[in-house]
Amino acid sequence: MAKKQYAFYPGCSSQKGASASNFLTSIKVMTEKLDIQLNEIPDWNCCGASIGYAEGGELPRLVLNARNLALTEQNMPGMDMVSGCPACWLSSRETAERLQEHSSLLAETNEALKEAGLNLKSHVRARHMTEVLIEDIGYAAMKAPVVRPLDGLKIAGYVGCQTNRPFGIAGESFENPMYLDKMIETVGAEATKYDQKGTCCGGALAFSEPEKSQKQIRDIVEAAYDSGADMIVTPCQLCQANVEIYQSEINKKQGTQFKMPVVYYTQLMSIAYGGSAADAGLNGQLIKAEKLEKIAGK
Amino acid sequence: MSDINSQAVARYKNNFLREVEERVEDGHWVKMCMQCGVCAGSCPFGPHWEHSPQKLFMMIRAGKREEVLKTDSMWMCTSCYNCIARCPRKLPITHIMHGLANYAYRLGLSPKGQPNQVIARIFWNNAIKHGRVNELTFSLAMYFKDGIGQGIKNSLAMQGVGLGLMKAKRLNPMEILGGHTCKDKSGIAKMLTKAREIEDRRRGLA
Repeated sequence: MAKKQYAFYPGCSSQKGASASNFLTSIKVMTEKLDIQLNEIPDWNCCGASIGYAEGGELPRLVLNARNLALTEQNMPGMDMVSGCPACWLSSRETAERLQEHSSLLAETNEALKEAGLNLKSHVRARHMTEVLIEDIGYAAMKAPVVRPLDGLKIAGYVGCQTNRPFGIAGESFENPMYLDKMIETVGAEATKYDQKGTCCGGALAFSEPEKSQKQIRDIVEAAYDSGADMIVTPCQLCQANVEIYQSEINKKQGTQFKMPVVYYTQLMSIAYGGSAADAGLNGQLIKAEKLEKIAGK
Repeated sequence: MSDINSQAVARYKNNFLREVEERVEDGHWVKMCMQCGVCAGSCPFGPHWEHSPQKLFMMIRAGKREEVLKTDSMWMCTSCYNCIARCPRKLPITHIMHGLANYAYRLGLSPKGQPNQVIARIFWNNAIKHGRVNELTFSLAMYFKDGIGQGIKNSLAMQGVGLGLMKAKRLNPMEILGGHTCKDKSGIAKMLTKAREIEDRRRGLA
């Protein structure tokens, strides 16, 4: 079967030595087994994320994202852009849609892009990795390569914000999306009844408003324990980092004893598809996902 | 008071709604708010907003210019998009909040030293310097935003987390030397300067 081709936008946090570098490690087995080829966009840049607006303003933010779209058009004609990071995806898709809708904005954007020797026609579709898995691959094909079902593992599917809103996955609800639970079940684990699946972890404000954000994170972790989960799984790099990293801070300040592993769905798939703990980037966890490591060792 | 602020006051007189419609990202949506309050009840940081988005929209229509532009309310937006997803009138509330914050900041009216304003500035400047975010210098800049003493205190408090991330290869101390970067840094800088120029001209901020 010919591999499905995509222009790949890894994003800053997934680079080597960055906070979500293990995400990038974990997608290798998955993409290989699902016949997906990710072609990295040459010289891609940061999307500005959700916090860049205050200094960046509207047009500079759109132009920053338009540069990645233009590089995709120019170097990978006809391919959809795919990002694993919800913030990258949201910014790219928002830019693509706004520029397709407003020709005056597109004209302004191209006037700025010219300074970098680029031009955008704005045909590129910006998509999230989970969207590609669900829409282009499908649950049945996602299940096919499972050689090591994650039997007995109970997982809280934490979707977070930006994978789910404002765009989300077509046909899913904003309030109670089911796709992550379905993906968990596709690899043989059990999705717990988890009532904080769409709760905000504070996002970038975890850094600047630690107390307010840690209240959110506490709810997210506590509800995972209440649901009987062994671990939390998420599609979001910032959710992963915030919810994992700040558990020790919450323990220190509030006397809790949280030790809830937080992994990516790609790590589950990597293990279920026969990958090793290292293939799945499990050595990148601050809170070890012991039950998943055990399955990987079988 | 900054020049661009006094010019804005002179230009729009008491019509703050028009000022917002013309100069704030997605500001033309403000008049569509029907004051149902779903946004106020949907915000994860809701209790920390002095004025909810619903209230801000009414205040804009009532011409409460100073109160709106000087509040730290919209700086509490975590960009969770709950309000956008739930608004029955489909207002792009998150974007309007970002737009209001940016406009207040550009006029020099936003609260000085507001932590989310500081992180926004540090993040953007870090990202565009090399075209990609350097998480190490970004984190250090955040820890040291209130001076060296506080910075050392913050760094020590987060030392365990930092070492854990380094051990997990998710934080690279060598990034201090520059880290990941785009090849066409100068092209990126030029296009962003141009974009700012175009936008300022359009918004009357030039």
